[in-house]
Amino acid sequence: MVLFEYEVLAIKPLFAYGQAAGIRLAFLLASSIGLMAVDHKYDYLDGIRSSLAILIYPVQQMVAFPVSAGNWMGENLTSRDSLLKKIDSLESQNVFLKAQMQKYTSLEIENMRLRDLLDAAERTGEKVLAAELIAVDLDPFSHKVLINKGNRHNAFKGQPVLDAEGVFGQTVHVTPITSVIMLISDPSHALPVQIDRTGLRTIAAGTGAMDKLELLHIPNNADLKVGDTVSSSGLGGVFPQGYPVAEIISFESDPTQPYARVFATPKARLDRSREVLLVWREKTKIEEVPPAPQVSKKGNPKQEVSALAP
Amino acid sequence: MSENKAAQGTSVIILTFLLAMILTILPMPEWAGYIRPEWVGLVLVYWCMALPTRVNVGVGWVAGIIVDVLNGSLLGQHAMAYAVIAYVTVKLHKQIRIYPLWQQALSIFTLIALSQLLIAWIRGIVGDAPNSWLYWLPSLTSAVIWPWLYLLLRDVRRKFRVS
Repeated sequence: MVLFEYEVLAIKPLFAYGQAAGIRLAFLLASSIGLMAVDHKYDYLDGIRSSLAILIYPVQQMVAFPVSAGNWMGENLTSRDSLLKKIDSLESQNVFLKAQMQKYTSLEIENMRLRDLLDAAERTGEKVLAAELIAVDLDPFSHKVLINKGNRHNAFKGQPVLDAEGVFGQTVHVTPITSVIMLISDPSHALPVQIDRTGLRTIAAGTGAMDKLELLHIPNNADLKVGDTVSSSGLGGVFPQGYPVAEIISFESDPTQPYARVFATPKARLDRSREVLLVWREKTKIEEVPPAPQVSKKGNPKQEVSALAP
Repeated sequence: MSENKAAQGTSVIILTFLLAMILTILPMPEWAGYIRPEWVGLVLVYWCMALPTRVNVGVGWVAGIIVDVLNGSLLGQHAMAYAVIAYVTVKLHKQIRIYPLWQQALSIFTLIALSQLLIAWIRGIVGDAPNSWLYWLPSLTSAVIWPWLYLLLRDVRRKFRVS
């Protein structure tokens, strides 16, 4: 009797399943194609993604647990001596940074005054919030990391992220409690930059290697040297102006090619930083920008436009 | 009693998928990231082979969506790939079941490579095509790890009488 029941259970659904599977597969394929198309082109699916992300947040926390527990243990078990040493070094570093800051503040005031004299728009201020990486691996072929700040902390999609040394990346998915950051080395990332020494504007594109960015469309006779530093130009409207991005490591000009091949290594420690900074640009002074036609004469019209955009 | 068994079986299946997802996002050194087997794909193929009436395209699709969210990738790409390999596995489960382990591993290689091919196509369409041969390594490592995973999951299935 039991055997008979088992037979019925095992065989009947199998028999009935054959035709249903194909139809179901076709339906699911169609819906995945629809999902991908919508996800690629529009933002409608962000809500679904963030609610799913909340569901899987415990899994991510569980994965990150050994690392965070290790850090906690490390912090709690350090000796008094090493803590005192650390405080000493931090204090001296703090004094050094404060001294630098004094100079910077006076320079900023001077800069503002000069801009006032020139009747130019003031540079936007910035607000920052520290965030920590959650120790989980995402796809190894696209350089993305997860951080522990999200919507709830006013993070938004396309927000610039810095670390202590330079530009780190930007947010691509934001959920209430976490965000996914695309690093500047991701093959599909590019940011507008300029060479500090000459002011030459270019674009730094990710190459897929953590320690290499490519600078695009640089003429063969450009005034460039290995060791030149590259900063964000603020032209794209995403990254604020003037943050260090990279340092040029190779410059090959081949007269048979239309452009030189220039590579730079990112300043930010993309593979090592655990703390990053989310940046908000404050647009308090924008109302005082003179009307558009006047501005466009003073060069750099693109920047003004991007600063005005919401 | 039989109802009780079924309920228990479901939780075991969900747990194995959960463990596979944890292994998918577990932090590894950079080189190890490239050889990480497709854990979720492997677990899916096992259950499709063992219990094709319970685990099939639908489960594969849902697991794929979750993997997409975990990976931060385009929503639907893993869902599509997993639905396809679940379909193929369910179609061929009677043959794969009776293969010796090394031959099963070959089938696994083909299945995982198929899912990677689908994902590579999708990524190519959205302009993010994998640019290195290392991309295909997971199908190899998945095939290598299959015999052990198979024996483990079979013991799990027998121990908890999942049917």
